[in-house]
Amino acid sequence: MSEMYTQQVMDHFTNPRNVGEIENADGVGQVGNAKCGDIMRISIKVENDVITDVKFRTFGCGAAIATSSVATEMVKGKTLDEALALTNQMVIEKLGGLPDVKIHCSVLAEEALHAAIADYKAKHGK
Amino acid sequence: MHAMSTTKRINMDHAATTYLDPEVLGIMLPWFTENYGNASSVYAEGRTARQAVEDAREQVRAALGAKALQEIYFTSGGTESDNWAIKGFADANQRKGNHIITTNVEHHAVLHTCQYLEKKGFEVTYLPVDHEGRVSAQQVADAITDRTILVSILFANNEIGSINPIAEIGKVCRERKVVFHTDAVQAVGSVPIDVEAMNIDMLSLSAHKFNGPKGVGALYVRKGIRLENLIHGGAQERGHRGSTYNTPGIVGLGAAIQRATQDIPAKSARLAALRDQLINRITGEIDHVIVNGHRTERLPNNVNVCFRFIEGESLLLNLDMLGISASSGSACTSGSLDPSHVLLAIGLPHEIAHGSLRLSLGVESTQEDVDRVMEVLPGIVRKLRDLSPLYADYLQQKNA
Ligand SMILES: Cc1ncc(COP(=O)(O)O)c(C=O)c1O
Ligand SMILES: [Zn+2]
Repeated sequence: MSEMYTQQVMDHFTNPRNVGEIENADGVGQVGNAKCGDIMRISIKVENDVITDVKFRTFGCGAAIATSSVATEMVKGKTLDEALALTNQMVIEKLGGLPDVKIHCSVLAEEALHAAIADYKAKHGK
Repeated sequence: MHAMSTTKRINMDHAATTYLDPEVLGIMLPWFTENYGNASSVYAEGRTARQAVEDAREQVRAALGAKALQEIYFTSGGTESDNWAIKGFADANQRKGNHIITTNVEHHAVLHTCQYLEKKGFEVTYLPVDHEGRVSAQQVADAITDRTILVSILFANNEIGSINPIAEIGKVCRERKVVFHTDAVQAVGSVPIDVEAMNIDMLSLSAHKFNGPKGVGALYVRKGIRLENLIHGGAQERGHRGSTYNTPGIVGLGAAIQRATQDIPAKSARLAALRDQLINRITGEIDHVIVNGHRTERLPNNVNVCFRFIEGESLLLNLDMLGISASSGSACTSGSLDPSHVLLAIGLPHEIAHGSLRLSLGVESTQEDVDRVMEVLPGIVRKLRDLSPLYADYLQQKNA
């Protein structure tokens, strides 16, 4: 795999999509920690089991920012089950690959999304 | 990294490497072509090349204030010089003791060499630095035991620029009869060095840090010190380091060190003024900034700061897109999970260390370069903070 960032990574890094936090979100997930250098927070709005809105904030490297941006794009408008099926491998493919040393940063997007959905389910007794 | 071909590139990473001075290149070129002889050959071409090598040795000797030409050995760079000084000395002197003293902020060329020697049964004391990244002569004095054979202490820190009290440490080592090595790779050409006045017994340097070629360096070894060979081979360097002389590189090292050590006070004063301006403008125009390293006992070309709530690699990528090369000690730039050992050693918590930025100036740096950095840096930091959940949390707590 490439040692450098692809054009898709740089595109999401320079113009991240869906930045911010949803007010009165239905679910919020935060993963990572400041110690290892990447933190990701994803908030979702859910209607009839469909993610109608999703926003993120990320503290981290280029790969962490790009993967969270693309992940939010990939799950917007999807059902919760579809969103839960999202893996970091799919995110990496969408970005045209990531340098090997950056694979661990991409796991966070999947984890943050799963955490947000789990939070939604817990709050809504599902 | 992605470069934008339209913008003029600004090098703010001279601590990583410098450009080859075109004059030095001009001096090197004939030694690749017309005068390509092997400097060990007895015939005319060899003797010509050998003379060039010996002229360069004299240039290095003079730049360091060393007494004798035989005290200068040419190597493949700073890393080899550090390895040779430490492993070669440990090997040759283990009868006298097995204790080595160094610091916890050394370059990996020293740190990993010492860790290797620990595996081989040596005992190594890693002196902790203060919050500015320095050790004191007193710390060294207190750590010396009757088993101590070698003290190896960084002259000037490659990340945060702090300069150690080398002359004081040299004095302590001389009084206690312990050999003193210093990795001066970042210091040569920036700080006046005199191995006699400073009681330095061994010193490592590397040409590409002062506008010389890459892949060539030198090790100063005071007369009378015994080193085991690191590179076994032919009879070059009086049998102490095999391998055909890298004549063009050695000639380039000599020419570069002569130029770099001319008029250090004037050159350093100019760079220090730009450095201080950068530090003052960064801390003045951007909130939540921590300046790393000593404010005055500092390399004239080094700026190192941490921006809270953001991560270093994303900062570097943004600067790169705007034509500026810089470096960071964040984990994601080092390829490990931990930020730089230097930033942790000066007591920074992980999350702050991840947000570090090193800007290092060089001979061609100008006021315009500094202005350009300040034109873009505050906006980049703002943009990344807008993305940061840590900054959002901070604002929320502040407003609560
Ligand atoms: C303090 C220090 N020591 C050693 C080295 C290694 O030098 P070289 O690249 O010539 O092997 C460097 C260069 O990065 C350095 O900054
Ligand atoms: Zn990362």
